Amino acid sequence: MSKNILPLALGAAMGIVASAAAAQAGTLDDVKAKGFIQCGVSQGLPGFSNPDAQGNWTGLDVDLCRAVSAAVFGTPDNVKYSPLSAKERFTALQSGEIDILSRNTTWTLSRDTSLGLNFAGVNYYDGQGFMVRKDLGVASALELSGASVCTQTGTTTELNIADYFRSNNMPYEVVAFEKLEEVVKAYDAGRCDVFSNDASGLYATRLTLTNPGDHIVLPEIISKEPLGPVVRHGDDQWFDVVKWTHNAMLNAEELGVTSANVEEMKSSDNPEVKRLLGVEGAFGEMLGLPNDWVVAIVKNVGNYGESFDRNVGPNTPLAISRGLNALWKDGGIQYAAPIR
Amino acid sequence: MTTRDKGVAQPEARSSLINDPQVRAVFFQVLLVAVVAFVGYVIVSNTIANLQRQNIASGYGFLSNIAGFGISLTLIDYAETSSYGTAILVGLLNTILVAVVGIVCASTLGFLIGVARLSKNWVISRLAYCYVEAIRNVPLLLQIVFWYFLLLNAVPNARNSLEFGGSLFLNNRGFFLPKPVFGDGAELAFWGLILSVVASIAVKVWAKKRQMSTGQQFPVGLTALGLIVLVPLLCLAVAGFPVTFDYPALKGFNFTGGQRVIPELIALVTALSIYTSAFIAEIVRAGIQAVSHGQTEAAHALGLRHGPTLRLVIIPQAMRVIIPPLTSQYLNLTKNSSLAVAIAFPDLVSLGGTVLNQTGQAIEVISIWMLVYLSLSLITSAFMNWYNQKMALVER
Ligand SMILES: N[C@@H](CCC(=O)N[C@@H](CS)C(=O)NCC(=O)O)C(=O)O
Repeated sequence: MSKNILPLALGAAMGIVASAAAAQAGTLDDVKAKGFIQCGVSQGLPGFSNPDAQGNWTGLDVDLCRAVSAAVFGTPDNVKYSPLSAKERFTALQSGEIDILSRNTTWTLSRDTSLGLNFAGVNYYDGQGFMVRKDLGVASALELSGASVCTQTGTTTELNIADYFRSNNMPYEVVAFEKLEEVVKAYDAGRCDVFSNDASGLYATRLTLTNPGDHIVLPEIISKEPLGPVVRHGDDQWFDVVKWTHNAMLNAEELGVTSANVEEMKSSDNPEVKRLLGVEGAFGEMLGLPNDWVVAIVKNVGNYGESFDRNVGPNTPLAISRGLNALWKDGGIQYAAPIR
Repeated sequence: MTTRDKGVAQPEARSSLINDPQVRAVFFQVLLVAVVAFVGYVIVSNTIANLQRQNIASGYGFLSNIAGFGISLTLIDYAETSSYGTAILVGLLNTILVAVVGIVCASTLGFLIGVARLSKNWVISRLAYCYVEAIRNVPLLLQIVFWYFLLLNAVPNARNSLEFGGSLFLNNRGFFLPKPVFGDGAELAFWGLILSVVASIAVKVWAKKRQMSTGQQFPVGLTALGLIVLVPLLCLAVAGFPVTFDYPALKGFNFTGGQRVIPELIALVTALSIYTSAFIAEIVRAGIQAVSHGQTEAAHALGLRHGPTLRLVIIPQAMRVIIPPLTSQYLNLTKNSSLAVAIAFPDLVSLGGTVLNQTGQAIEVISIWMLVYLSLSLITSAFMNWYNQKMALVER
């Protein structure tokens, strides 16, 4: 169950040792040659990456991989998923086991540099929060002095907890598990007073507790957690493909292009829409993709807003409002560079 | 080509050098070394190229960077501002703690069950047999997770702790017991303890000598026990009992004060001890059965009573059979303790993994893991080999 970090880490070491020839070919060419994208996701975080009863993966992070597949292959289904714990994820990417990591991963400086990774944008602006049992009678995170906190190892969460309790001079105990499943079970069994995660993840995991109604999320947000897709450092072409897939979904929303109207929009007079949908210019080709790449993305996966609403929006069990993740023109901070 | 030329130059050679077994042997050995060296070169140069392309630094410098994460069980001083190296050291000590406590518990339990297996009482031997079979055949990871969640779910929360005598508490945050706090003068007791240990050894040497020359026996065990218990107590009394106890007390969500044993440690040690004890029981049974019954009869014929027969004749011989496989069980237990990650016990693999994840230094961290487990295993087996030699049959 939980001991797969060792083989994975060893695999990573081997991968780093042996993958010279393979990786230099460029991930885009590799992906085209093998016919699918290997996408690293979580081991089950509703709304972001979660397998349904039939074993199909859904979620905001999954949609990003599906969108890349649509851009490259014209169909969103050429994706294989690798469920990864927080601890396994970077090794899996570094070693070439996966092509994209799209697993509620926070963009930080050290990950971007010394871990040999590149962040291709932010598909969810988040922040870290705390969840406690209601009967604890706590209303603010500042009342948590002496608490036991359950979390997952290898996360920014683990580091932020240390920062927060230390800077507020509160003693604490951190109990860090390797698998989310065990974190949740231990919290549910009362091993910890507090469960800490990205706020989105708190709402998602609360749904999986025995009595979701017995728990509340405290108001404090203690950190910035810009979550986004990650690729290997040193492969600019693939980096561009993933970055612009995300940008295309945002631009589509901004320009009102949806999965329902994308065909009609092709005849739009708006030059921005024309460029977006490949009617004018050769922007797809510049990325090494077919020129109608955005048509394929939007038709199959939808624009950013559609994906958000379908997976985590107000009409889903997570019921998250757009907030920071609204487009810049709607008061949020989702802002994509233009296609031109 | 040169070989052929040489072959021609020496007319008395029956066949060419290609068929000369010595030349062939040398040639293939050189070839093997060259291939190994080439593979080594490719691995090293590929690794360096890949790391550079991904912009990953290498070397052990990261060990002195600030770790920044908290750890639930630390035997040495550790804070979030300590270095990655310290965090790994904390993990190493925790691994050693689990290994040592686990080995002691597993051996005790294993010897008892092993002897129970040979009991003449049918119920006892059957029970021991069932224990061994059931425990040996369930995967260890499952047992660890089972004990952990059993513990978390079966014992109450902090506010409703199980209480023993008003000073011991058990709840799902751990087991809390009073912690002795030594005041001024307590070091006297420490020196007293050392003195009594030295004295006990001296008594033992003296008693052995006397038995050799006069045949008279001396109760060494009792004397040593008396010395080791009484002398430090006496010292404490002289110093006016400068020992106080720090009692655990419920404060806020949790108990503070006293000595705490975290549930992860309890579950891990329980699971490892029970699992390994089943194997040790079988080893002990086999060892005792390997000593032929004639030995017992001969000892009885010499007039030895049952106790000394077991102690002086049977067990020393059984130990020779037991020790080598026992050693490998101890090594297994130590290595199996790395399954701790499943239940959040901060051992070497768990903390090393966190460091690996935060720094991306996969090769370095894995090399530390390998080095440490190798050293632990070598130390354990060196000790057991020494012990084995001591117990081995002295042949003339
Ligand atoms: N954003 C955090 C990661 C947060 C994270 O991984 N949280 C855990 C729970 S504390 C999670 O969602 N795990 C899902 C899984 O392992 O499947 C980071 O990048 O370090």
